[in-house]
Amino acid sequence: MYHKTKGYKLFSWFNYALLILAGLSCFLPLLHLLAQSFSSKAAITGNLVSFWPVGFNTDAYSTTFNNDNFTGSMMISIIRTILGTAISMFILTTAGYALSKQFRGRNVLMWVFVFTMLFNGGLIPSYILVTSLGMKGTIWALVLPGAFGAYNLILLMNFFKTIPKALEEAAFIDGASFFVIFRSVYLPLSLPGLATVSLFIMVGHWNSWFDGLLYMSNPADYPLASFLQTVVVQSNAQSMAMSQSEVEAMAEQSIKAAQIFISTLPIILVYPFLQRYFVKGIVLGAVKE
Amino acid sequence: MAFQDYKPWLGLTGSQWIGLDNFDRIFQYEGATQAIVNTLIIAVSKIVVGIFVPIVMAILLSEVRNMGIKKSIQTLVYLPHFLSWVTVAGMMIDLLGLDGGINHMITSLFGTEPIYFLGDPSLFRTTIVVSDLWKSFGFGMIVYLATIAGVDPSYYEAAEIDGATRRQQIWHVTLPCMMPMIIVIATLSLGSILDAGFDQIFNLYNPLVYSTGDIIDTYVYRSSLLNGQYGFGTAVGLFKSVISFILIVIAYRLAYKLANYRIF
Repeated sequence: MYHKTKGYKLFSWFNYALLILAGLSCFLPLLHLLAQSFSSKAAITGNLVSFWPVGFNTDAYSTTFNNDNFTGSMMISIIRTILGTAISMFILTTAGYALSKQFRGRNVLMWVFVFTMLFNGGLIPSYILVTSLGMKGTIWALVLPGAFGAYNLILLMNFFKTIPKALEEAAFIDGASFFVIFRSVYLPLSLPGLATVSLFIMVGHWNSWFDGLLYMSNPADYPLASFLQTVVVQSNAQSMAMSQSEVEAMAEQSIKAAQIFISTLPIILVYPFLQRYFVKGIVLGAVKE
Repeated sequence: MAFQDYKPWLGLTGSQWIGLDNFDRIFQYEGATQAIVNTLIIAVSKIVVGIFVPIVMAILLSEVRNMGIKKSIQTLVYLPHFLSWVTVAGMMIDLLGLDGGINHMITSLFGTEPIYFLGDPSLFRTTIVVSDLWKSFGFGMIVYLATIAGVDPSYYEAAEIDGATRRQQIWHVTLPCMMPMIIVIATLSLGSILDAGFDQIFNLYNPLVYSTGDIIDTYVYRSSLLNGQYGFGTAVGLFKSVISFILIVIAYRLAYKLANYRIF
């Protein structure tokens, strides 16, 4: 047995060490962030904070939640996530169900959808389209342009295809219409697929920042990710270009850390569910036939 | 629009048609050609390490036989994929800054000068590629892990009876079984050769590193939305889209030919 050889044991130790290190590297930055958000300004400036708060206080969080811009942005993010996921899932499931069947023109239609995945007009034309449709500055600019994602459509379609035809035929004989079959046979049976795709869409909406920056002319309408982008990244890029106003930037670090952490929290919370489904979803989408 | 001297107040019908002038300018403006070169360098490096590292890590992880540790490592390394680049950039700016955590570690361990990861043009690309790898290698492993799990155990048994060491088993059983998947991933990544990652670079770059870090997408953003050269920006964007599209079509054909892969 190879497990018993000396060389393999040595390899095994190295292997464990390397992988655990890789695992920790993915997690420690978040822990550092959390520690910073609970630490005092002095401790952060003095670089004393590693993975445990120094000078524990919750000032950063109370400041953050008293900031109307932050809470307003958070509301917008929550609304866009719920609304966007609902709309997307409605369109995608109905379209995916229809496209999982064979009918005339199906392949043409399918290629039209896939084409949108492969080719896009670019930044300016999209911007002008959204503007001239009157969506600029409204929540619809954040929700509608990405609602019909071809990748998610294919994923759902593949889920629907795995459901045995016999079930549908049986339902037909019992007098069910297409819509009833869709609702009471296909949807319940593809629950893992629906969960995967809706979680993907939710995370996508929550994390999406550029469209907010682009389409929202009033910073008060920014979703959380866009708000964070302006606060955390833009301000820092400026202070970096202007060299050492670092001390000032560092003083706010605990607030920044708190803001980043709060915005990451929903992702961390849904992550266990995400993980349960997405491996299955990815594998089913990628490996088939 | 790409063929016009587009003025927003004149609209699509009122703006002057200027033929291919905008496309000409792509190759005349130094910033534009530099952005194309940067895009290629960054994207190709990302693709190469982004294929290689997940394969190695997946093989290493499949050697871990303690299920608890294996699961925990998987949970940890998939996580960064779901964080947005805004979040990651926020953390990186703090950690990689001149008196950030990483530099603090380096200076106290080796006693060297702090390194300006995000402001030094010669280091910026490396920073980008490594941080992208950090964010995505775990997720990239998933398909390989699934492939490895699907290898018929009797292959390993046969190899072991023939006296193959573990290393030989990996080399002659595991890798060949992963090959179709690797080919699919590699060919499909051809389509992203002009995609150096707008989200990431937009959040991490600054005027100090435009020379090595400016990519097509960020260049389009600045030249059109910030400087008002709408027609030109659209032309650069279209140029990128068309080339990417051609590459993707080629990639899908190759993937279909080599590994019988179909998207639907």
